[in-house]
Amino acid sequence: MKPAAFDYFRPASLSDALALLAKYKDDCKILAGGQSLVPAMNFRLARPAILIDINDIAELDYVHADDRGLHIGALTRHAAFHRRVVDGPLGALFSAVARHIAHYPIRQRGTFAGSLAHADPASEWCLLATTLDATVVAKSARGERAIAIGDFFNGTFSTDLEPDELLAEVHLPPMGQGWRTGFYEFSRRAGDFALGMALAALRIEAGVVREARLGVGGVSDRAIRLRKLEERLVGGAASQEMIDTIAREAWASVSPIGDIHATPEYRRDLVATAVKRALTEAAA
Amino acid sequence: MSHIGRSFRRIEDGPLLLGKGSFAADCNAPGQLHMRVVRSPVAFGRILGVETAEAAALEGVVAIWTTDDVAELPPIDFRQMGLEALAPYRQWVLARDYVRYVGDPVAVVVAVDPYVAEDAADLVFCDIEELAPQLDATAAPSAFMPDIHPGLLSEPAVLRRAYGDVDAAFAAADKIVALEVKVGRHTGVPLETRGALGVYDADKDVLTLYGAAKVPHYNRDAISRMLGLGEGRLHLSEGHVGGGFGIRGELYPEDVLVCAAALRLRRPVKWIEDRKEHLLAANHSRDQVYRLRAAVDRRGFILGLEAEFFTDQGAYVRTHGTTVTDLSAAMLPGPYVIPAYAAVGHIRLTNKTPAGTYRAPGRYESTFARERLIDKIATELDLSPVEVRRVNFIAAEAMPFDRGIKTLGTGVVYDSGQYRDLLERVLDRLSYNQLQDELAARRDRGELVGFGVACFVEKSGLGPQDLVRITVDGRGTVEIVTGVASVGQGVETVLAQICAETIGIPIERINVIHGQTDRIEIGFGAFASRVTVMAGSAVKIASEALRDRALEAAAGLLQTTPDALKLSDGMVEAVSGGASLPLGEIALHLKDSGGLTGEGRFVAGHMTYPYGVHAAQVKVDPSTCGITIERYLVGYDVGRAVNPMLIEGQIVGGAAQGIGGALLEEFVYDENGQPLAASFADYLMPTCHEVPEIEVLLREDAPSPLNPLGVKGAGEAGINAVGAALAAAIDAALQKPGAVTQLPITPARLHEILRGPRS
Ligand SMILES: Cc1cc2nc3c(=O)[nH]c(=O)nc-3n(C[C@H](O)[C@H](O)[C@H](O)COP(=O)(O)OP(=O)(O)OC[C@H]3O[C@@H](n4cnc5c(N)ncnc54)[C@H](O)[C@@H]3O)c2cc1C
Repeated sequence: MKPAAFDYFRPASLSDALALLAKYKDDCKILAGGQSLVPAMNFRLARPAILIDINDIAELDYVHADDRGLHIGALTRHAAFHRRVVDGPLGALFSAVARHIAHYPIRQRGTFAGSLAHADPASEWCLLATTLDATVVAKSARGERAIAIGDFFNGTFSTDLEPDELLAEVHLPPMGQGWRTGFYEFSRRAGDFALGMALAALRIEAGVVREARLGVGGVSDRAIRLRKLEERLVGGAASQEMIDTIAREAWASVSPIGDIHATPEYRRDLVATAVKRALTEAAA
Repeated sequence: MSHIGRSFRRIEDGPLLLGKGSFAADCNAPGQLHMRVVRSPVAFGRILGVETAEAAALEGVVAIWTTDDVAELPPIDFRQMGLEALAPYRQWVLARDYVRYVGDPVAVVVAVDPYVAEDAADLVFCDIEELAPQLDATAAPSAFMPDIHPGLLSEPAVLRRAYGDVDAAFAAADKIVALEVKVGRHTGVPLETRGALGVYDADKDVLTLYGAAKVPHYNRDAISRMLGLGEGRLHLSEGHVGGGFGIRGELYPEDVLVCAAALRLRRPVKWIEDRKEHLLAANHSRDQVYRLRAAVDRRGFILGLEAEFFTDQGAYVRTHGTTVTDLSAAMLPGPYVIPAYAAVGHIRLTNKTPAGTYRAPGRYESTFARERLIDKIATELDLSPVEVRRVNFIAAEAMPFDRGIKTLGTGVVYDSGQYRDLLERVLDRLSYNQLQDELAARRDRGELVGFGVACFVEKSGLGPQDLVRITVDGRGTVEIVTGVASVGQGVETVLAQICAETIGIPIERINVIHGQTDRIEIGFGAFASRVTVMAGSAVKIASEALRDRALEAAAGLLQTTPDALKLSDGMVEAVSGGASLPLGEIALHLKDSGGLTGEGRFVAGHMTYPYGVHAAQVKVDPSTCGITIERYLVGYDVGRAVNPMLIEGQIVGGAAQGIGGALLEEFVYDENGQPLAASFADYLMPTCHEVPEIEVLLREDAPSPLNPLGVKGAGEAGINAVGAALAAAIDAALQKPGAVTQLPITPARLHEILRGPRS
């Protein structure tokens, strides 16, 4: 459990980091919180020849809200969301979700952007970003591009980022006061990756759902947004009956993977439960 | 002031709390080299070749050895319960001809630092012709090593234990209740992984092995035999030990390789196991299947019990020989009369990590099987599970109770016990009837809540003997030297308390030396909950000898008789008051006549048998298959509690581990024998979130008549019946008697119980 040899850079500016990325491309890896990369290196599952440690790049360490929504810089730690980073339902949701990620010490180091770049299918942030229409801002020496979250994940541990690109910022659209959210996850122990989870957001006006967001995670190779079910929710009441129907349809629409912790059958039932509980919370 | 029975804080905690502990990895020697083991990537196969040239070319590599380089080393022998028939199944220090599990050591690299060693190990190529692995211990035995040992099958031994007339019992039965249950593969996972540092002192021609644990004296002798070292040439030294649980401190290939390397290379050689290796290479445990048949009468009394069980021993038979299977067969009847009994235990090899003992070996498993059976008898006869236990208990008047069979070479004779009384006390403490009403009311409201109870007999204080020497120096400081070991359980404090009780000295002035083979010639180590019983009794004997010697010498000095004197707070005083002498002064006075010392040897031909009751209350969420333990109580009779706080600590820690084995921990393999739970991401240890507060009801109702203190062991009480109690509670929560037949009870297994088997 000692990593293979690597060279180490600790640039102090984004432009230096991008220059290094441009130079080393596939040979290098970015080190953010290190909470996924370092274990992988210690197991020698990852053997980057070069590490570019971005922890000294102060310009990446921010989270702020404006009328375009929430902007999360690459160095924002999970723990930054323990307290609400923005007023209203979005900030509350972030802080509720953050508590499900690993354990306190890990949350002090691991980053929001690192979670997206790492693309674990059971990552809470990947589910949140997928469900709430995040945009990923990738920067490289070549320039900058915005990637819609729907185009970002290619599968387990695989994203659309090019080898010379750094995930600089994640942007989430604003969520007004009319929104209500719900999140439910089940894991074998507190702090473990989810066996199944769901996130729901509803904008309800006079008892009628005007807008809906619904996603599930831990089920397949990436978080899934259930757009068809969102459409079904819109225009009616978020009644118990409706919630049960949606949960049943969520059950039917996923084909989960099996592993040593969960059979596909179990996971499928779990996802339906998670959907039901997340929606129930959001509708309450 | 009495010292026994008080919850003193531990005298050994100072360095640990200050971060000054000295664990294996803290041991360093100038110029040391680092060893890395190259392990088999496949479960079973014929070794065609091991290519080391590329690795050897790496800068910083000092040596690479494969089996040919250590051809003179014999396989690792049995420490206990060896049988002639087991000999061919022993493990070589480096795999010879075949690899038999993923993790089997194939080569070692010694290099200037651990990084280079690991780089080089990665470059060693094992050319192995893969064969189909055997992964099911209940399947027909297969070839152990085809063509090397023609005809040798993967069933090294079948153990049989029987007494009474089983046929007559079945003929007389009102009902026959049958059951098959399985306990998954898991093991003790100490916080500190294994480690060793071998240092050869050429001037003295002595090799010292640091990082020893559990059984230093035995391992000294075993390694000396393997390496051909004469007496006095090998010393084992135990530092702090970050948990043992039965698995750490047994003799493994790595310990021998470190010693061999230090001798050959004439440089210190260090090996620190990493966590992944630990989960592949250190002993696994449990992994048994039981098939039970009970002949019962109308009251649920068991007239006779037939048992066939299978121990998945993994790839080789290691130091424990037949221990786990032997204990399983002997302890399966537990606290119940069972007048006729016949057990057949199959030791079966598979292509998994070799197995050994883990805290309550053969009891965690057999208690699960037996208590599941009792619950099933209750269900089938429509009786309460508590009532069936009452009907079957061995009565207090029947003590000592001779089971009529042997284990670990000694007759199973329960020395004392009030089994029924303890169960009633536990039920009282829980307000059992009221509790059942409350749970029923909650179930009526739709909650899945339930209560379960499980009873057991433990065994402790395994002999044959232990020796203790106590010395007082001129400053009045007491040194206790013993050959037992400390795996973190509080040995120093407990032995100091027993000594202090007799010689009346504050425990802070007592130093306890353990686990040092150069300080005392014999020692039998720390396992089988033996230390307080064996070394504690020896300390008492030695303390009495020392006290007598002190009083006699003081009587001479004070011109009185010993019976006019007493010991108190490190002084000898006249009973009538007045004259007094510090112990240190007496020691100085005796300097030329052997000093102020006492020696005690305690020999035991029989074990002592503590007993207990576990009670669990759980809640199941049927939608997630999550299990919450709402309440957990352990009732335990330890005979006499030297330090109740430490006993509670043992029980709480054991219960936490038991919860791990019951709900979370499992070494899962795929169909090729690849381990799928080889890191803490997949091998799930319980954390403080999963372990509820453990309540302890500690009793001293049945002191042991077998030792001068009346003590019994406490190390395995907390873990013994956790699987059994949780299974019963989950059955009750689901209102599906007999639903749980397999540990661990994972969400996926619970899901299958609730929704029916997979389509
Ligand atoms: C015990 C434990 C439990 C955990 N439990 C959970 C859990 O329940 N849920 C969960 O979501 N996570 C969990 N994690 C993972 C944790 O959240 C990680 O912090 C996260 O996955 C990655 O973030 P990081 O900043 O640590 O990234 P790193 O480990 O530094 O990097 C991860 C990967 O992302 C790349 N990367 C990082 N930042 C960037 C960037 N800005 N641009 C481009 N590439 C980048 C790296 O090169 C690397 O490939 C757990 C971790 C541990 C150790």
